[in-house]
Amino acid sequence: MRSAVIVFPASNCDRDVAVAIEKISGVKPRMVWHKETALPDADLIVLPGGFSYGDYLRCGAMANRSPIMKDVVAKAKAGTPTLGICNGFQILAESGLLPGVLMRNANLHFVCRTMPLRVENTDTVFTRKYGDGETIEVPVAHHDGNYHADAETLDRLEGEGRVAFRYANDNPNGSQRDIAGIVNQSGNVLGLMPHPERVADAALGGTDGAPLFEALTEALS
Amino acid sequence: MSDITPQVVAEHGLTDDEYKTIVRSLNREPNLTELGIFSVMWSEHCSYKSSRVHLAKLPTDGPHVIQGPGENAGVVDIGDGQACVFKMESHNHPSFIEPYQGAATGVGGIMRDVFTMGARPVAMMNALRFGEPDHPKTRHLVGGVVEGIGGYGNCMGVPTVGGETNFHKSYNGNILVNAMCVGVADTDKIFYSAARGSGNPVIYVGSKTGRDGIHGATMASAEFDDDSDEKRPTVQVGDPFTEKLLLEACLELMQEDAIIAIQDMGAAGLTSSSVEMASKGGSGIELDLDHVPQREEGMTAYEMMLSESQERMLMVLKPGREEMARAIFEKWELDFAVIGATNDTGHLTLRHKGETVADIPLGPLDEFAPKYERPFAETRQQLPVRPEDVPTPNDLGEALVRLVGGADLSSRAWIWQQYDHTVMADTIQVPGGDAAVVRVHGTGKALAISTDTTPRYCEADPFEGGKQAVAETWRNLTAVGATPLAYTDCLNFGSPERERIMGQFVGCIEGMAEASRALAYPVVSGNVSFYNETNGVGIQPAPAIGGVGLLKDLSQMATLAFKAEGEVVLLVGETKGHLGQSMFLREIAGREEGAPPPVDLAAEKRNGDFVRKLIEGARVTAVHDCSDGGLGVALAEMAMAGGIGAKIELDPDLPAHAFLFGEDQARYILTCKREAADKITQDAETAGVPITHLGETGGDALQLGDLGAAAIAALKGSHESFFENLMGVIN
Repeated sequence: MRSAVIVFPASNCDRDVAVAIEKISGVKPRMVWHKETALPDADLIVLPGGFSYGDYLRCGAMANRSPIMKDVVAKAKAGTPTLGICNGFQILAESGLLPGVLMRNANLHFVCRTMPLRVENTDTVFTRKYGDGETIEVPVAHHDGNYHADAETLDRLEGEGRVAFRYANDNPNGSQRDIAGIVNQSGNVLGLMPHPERVADAALGGTDGAPLFEALTEALS
Repeated sequence: MSDITPQVVAEHGLTDDEYKTIVRSLNREPNLTELGIFSVMWSEHCSYKSSRVHLAKLPTDGPHVIQGPGENAGVVDIGDGQACVFKMESHNHPSFIEPYQGAATGVGGIMRDVFTMGARPVAMMNALRFGEPDHPKTRHLVGGVVEGIGGYGNCMGVPTVGGETNFHKSYNGNILVNAMCVGVADTDKIFYSAARGSGNPVIYVGSKTGRDGIHGATMASAEFDDDSDEKRPTVQVGDPFTEKLLLEACLELMQEDAIIAIQDMGAAGLTSSSVEMASKGGSGIELDLDHVPQREEGMTAYEMMLSESQERMLMVLKPGREEMARAIFEKWELDFAVIGATNDTGHLTLRHKGETVADIPLGPLDEFAPKYERPFAETRQQLPVRPEDVPTPNDLGEALVRLVGGADLSSRAWIWQQYDHTVMADTIQVPGGDAAVVRVHGTGKALAISTDTTPRYCEADPFEGGKQAVAETWRNLTAVGATPLAYTDCLNFGSPERERIMGQFVGCIEGMAEASRALAYPVVSGNVSFYNETNGVGIQPAPAIGGVGLLKDLSQMATLAFKAEGEVVLLVGETKGHLGQSMFLREIAGREEGAPPPVDLAAEKRNGDFVRKLIEGARVTAVHDCSDGGLGVALAEMAMAGGIGAKIELDPDLPAHAFLFGEDQARYILTCKREAADKITQDAETAGVPITHLGETGGDALQLGDLGAAAIAALKGSHESFFENLMGVIN
């Protein structure tokens, strides 16, 4: 699996996701500086977590104007699997590849803790290795993970099975319908607030994030 | 240039004698810019004029030490060509005035100290002390400080993995915010600040210089009064986004053979960085201030030299490497300016708008720097508190439930859940344990880190308190299985101009020195913060210690949670039931008095080495040190973390409350499988280590002999409610 991890100024989970991908797929991802204008040949595009542009203006807003994003949007629309984690999800929402917005957490505090998530759709290239309705433990670490969209959009997401992950017990950020991650209509673009790359190694106290990278490796190698 | 009147001198925090020394070292009257430079370099904050004599008593050497105090941070060898680089620093005064920015820039400053040496920061810790929970300012200060630490560290993508937090009325007007940064570097790529050689370009990188923070170092060298809120404009504003870019750009440049010397612009900004780099290198330095990137128009030389704008670095490069370096900084969209060159004059020369605006011989600036042997008065010894003079609570279980819900012993999850503690994907022990543990990236080894001090002990008996602070971090590192390597300190005290306070300082240092020697645990970096007092009321002294240890094999790490039912609970170390200055005495009996527990350093070493060996041999299932709240609280923490209770036998020879809540030192609680207990007990006896069979794990409560019980649910309810009651519920 050839993957490309986009590095924006102040991305800070770029290394973490690259380590997880290499550990599971055996192939080192290409790190792509945001000022590039064309992606290398890649089976998977990753927008990593972090604080691109310091979260100034609005999370993900400035990163979405980076030169590389034109090609990211084009490739994602053409079907390349694209994964946005945390800040990456915010950028995907800004780019319009995914509907809705990520607002400030309802309690206005940054939150970092391991959350139980329910896998709501196992029929995507990202989630195939999870059991239907399985509950997994994955950490969140964000200030702006409060997913919002209008009722019509939410109903459509639910109806089309595009809610990939939901907070299982309690909701750390006030997101509508406890949404933690969604996919686009064709199912090749996933945005999620939790960090699967932080639980892909037993030494870190959990491996519930590993099946996501295993599924991608299986499908794309 | 305005005349230098006695009033101007006084406004710069300089004494008449100090001013006379300036005139003598220059052989003339200084101009205002020069006076400003002397004033910050000779401020308590930068010159350590009241503390140097005593700091020299601390052991700073050891087989692992690569760099001791005197550089931006200390460096210790962790094997395999790698080094751990760390330091702790205070940001007390700015955090009291503006908690968010004060704490945030404290984090930013200490990170720069570490990455300026070539290390990637891998963990942040802190030590925080606030006033009484119901003081009108406390809530605002706690909220702002926590938010500020998180706001900066989270954006940097460096996990904040732990710390300590106390509340006490002595901090009502003067909180303590100490931040520690730990980084990892290759031993052959460590960068220092000595600007050796002549004719080498001096480079300014990072943010532009503004008028913020002028006189910050001077502010940190005076006590507060009622008008301290007016000092808000002297607090700097942090920009973690720029710092993240600066970090990546510096580390990228450090891969090249280009840097001769590098230093961050922290307190006293451009002044202290240029002076220290040239002084250490035995060279001179000439700067043309016209080339300094400026955020505001019409800045004077005085303002530029004293600005404490954040996220800036000064470097001396090898000639000819400027363009390569410039390309790196421009890629990261940071300012890069050649602002001068080194020379062999031994002077700091500043030019601005074509004129020489300052010309200071560096030798005298350093050599004549004030150094005071201030008079001090020893703290009067207090009598030990006898257990029989403290009433036994009717219900020991209820007392324990109350204790674990107190301001100083309650769960800190409200705080650390606002810090990203898992970014970098190497955190293997999250906050809440004895020490935080982070894996050294890409290896099977790990660093353990602990920050600690017990201010109420230090106030009652500075010498024993100093020993205890060092010993407790050593014990915490040991309790996770790490071998303690070295520590950094952040010494927070009141005004050194008071004999009583100076006595506390001297006592603590001497206690720390004794513990360092006994435990072969040197100090490699640190910081002194005096004048932590408001309207003449000093704080409880807090020599915060930040210890670092190495786990050669991270799979051997121990944690404190009870792991299974039916395991044997053992206590290592001797229990005499020492209640003086204990949490029990303060929280349950309402008394703050008595001698603190004495620290037997030989016992610390013997007991700790024994416990570490058990952990390395995988012979124990859980380990926890006994500190605040004694045996009872330590057991409660193990039970809450594991969700498993225990049946504990009391000591028939001691009053139950003294046995359970006495804070005797050098103790650890262990659990092991039933079949392992006899051999461990035998080995302890052979090693001369006191060991007691405490009981067995199981059930959903801590059963305290037949004198009470505390249900885990009740303990947790109490433990987790303090911060929610103070600050509001998170989720």
